[in-house]
Amino acid sequence: MQCRTYYDRAMCVLCGVLLNDHWAEQEGGRRGRVFRGRLLNRVLAVYGLRLDDWSGRVWVLRDRKGRAAVVDNLGAVWVEAERLCGRPLDPLDPDLIAALS
Amino acid sequence: MKTPVVVLTGFLGSGKTTLLARLLGHPDMGETAVIVNELGEEAIDHHLLRRVDERTVVLGNGCVCCTLRGDLADELRDLLSRRDRGEIPAFGRVVVETTGVADPAPILYTLLGDQVVKHHFELERVVTTVDAVNGLPAAESVRQVAAADTLVVTKTDLEAANDVRPDLERINPAAELLVASFGDVEPDALFGPAGTDPRSVPAGEPDTGHGDVHAHCLVSEEPLDWTAFGIWLTMLLQARGGDVLRVKGLLNVGAEGPLLINGVQHVVHPPEHLPSWPDGDRRSRIVFIGRGFLREELEHSLAAFNGAVLGSDPEGV
Repeated sequence: MQCRTYYDRAMCVLCGVLLNDHWAEQEGGRRGRVFRGRLLNRVLAVYGLRLDDWSGRVWVLRDRKGRAAVVDNLGAVWVEAERLCGRPLDPLDPDLIAALS
Repeated sequence: MKTPVVVLTGFLGSGKTTLLARLLGHPDMGETAVIVNELGEEAIDHHLLRRVDERTVVLGNGCVCCTLRGDLADELRDLLSRRDRGEIPAFGRVVVETTGVADPAPILYTLLGDQVVKHHFELERVVTTVDAVNGLPAAESVRQVAAADTLVVTKTDLEAANDVRPDLERINPAAELLVASFGDVEPDALFGPAGTDPRSVPAGEPDTGHGDVHAHCLVSEEPLDWTAFGIWLTMLLQARGGDVLRVKGLLNVGAEGPLLINGVQHVVHPPEHLPSWPDGDRRSRIVFIGRGFLREELEHSLAAFNGAVLGSDPEGV
């Protein structure tokens, strides 16, 4: 498993690296985190990916080939999902919208 | 209490320093520390004045807007330290004047992302000057206009002046628009929290544009789920962030007042709950400024993500 934690890696504010609290994860507490994971998995499943909570602090993102990445916030989920899929995951993609609708 | 920071930007020669010099001379201005990239001919030496070189720290795998302005962070920390030691007057505000060609996003990133800076300073608003003679001469000026909370049109007194306001309103319909000849603006008009006035986010206006940049005023009749919105926007910024210049909106998340969301390129402010709506219209409204987007595809996509909440059974968590 390729571990990529984002505590020390400087990337993009989108990933919340230098922000302890990612802007999109500041509401809801633990219950919100569980719900967020559930909703994320609805989207990620379209791309053959799965996200599991690991100790309530980080997520483990996996693809069907057994590759995995550890991510610690919502922004990093998309960075790693893009890497595992080899292409950007566009929320405006009609196929994704159809799958969610 | 955090010290407010106003970012003053605008293209080369658009009147930033003239505006600042006039403001600093105003009796209501109060003690203000000024950080500038370039020292111009205007005399603003009666206030704290610091000059910074444009030193940027390019972060690994980061994008252009997410470079840390180490020079700015250092200056802000130093100002803080010297104020605390009593070496300089106790300023109550900082104005950061950018270079004419600066992209404001890295400055905002530094204010929101640097661990020390963000605990002692808060971004109050972005003010962008545009001169009525030259308008929007470069791509940088369009980015500066898109990032603005307040737009100040300068040099309207000159014979060659044009009415640039329609262009500015087409690019950034969410910004407050002021006209100031010779930098003549009251401090109250420029300093104070911006973006907290819900009226500054229009609802349902027709799409507008300037060149390849378009502003879409999205409206959602249904309440938006904050979790779904966060997932949608973070995914969109990762996939097409290079084309997103600004996102500013009031979201109906089922609370008493709206949730304010405000982002410049990749740099997103922490969401803020506002106490009440400005009027009876409780619909979520988002001004989305970018390149290559269609209003319908944005609304359709956001609605699909929001609708997916039902299938994810939030009550069952």
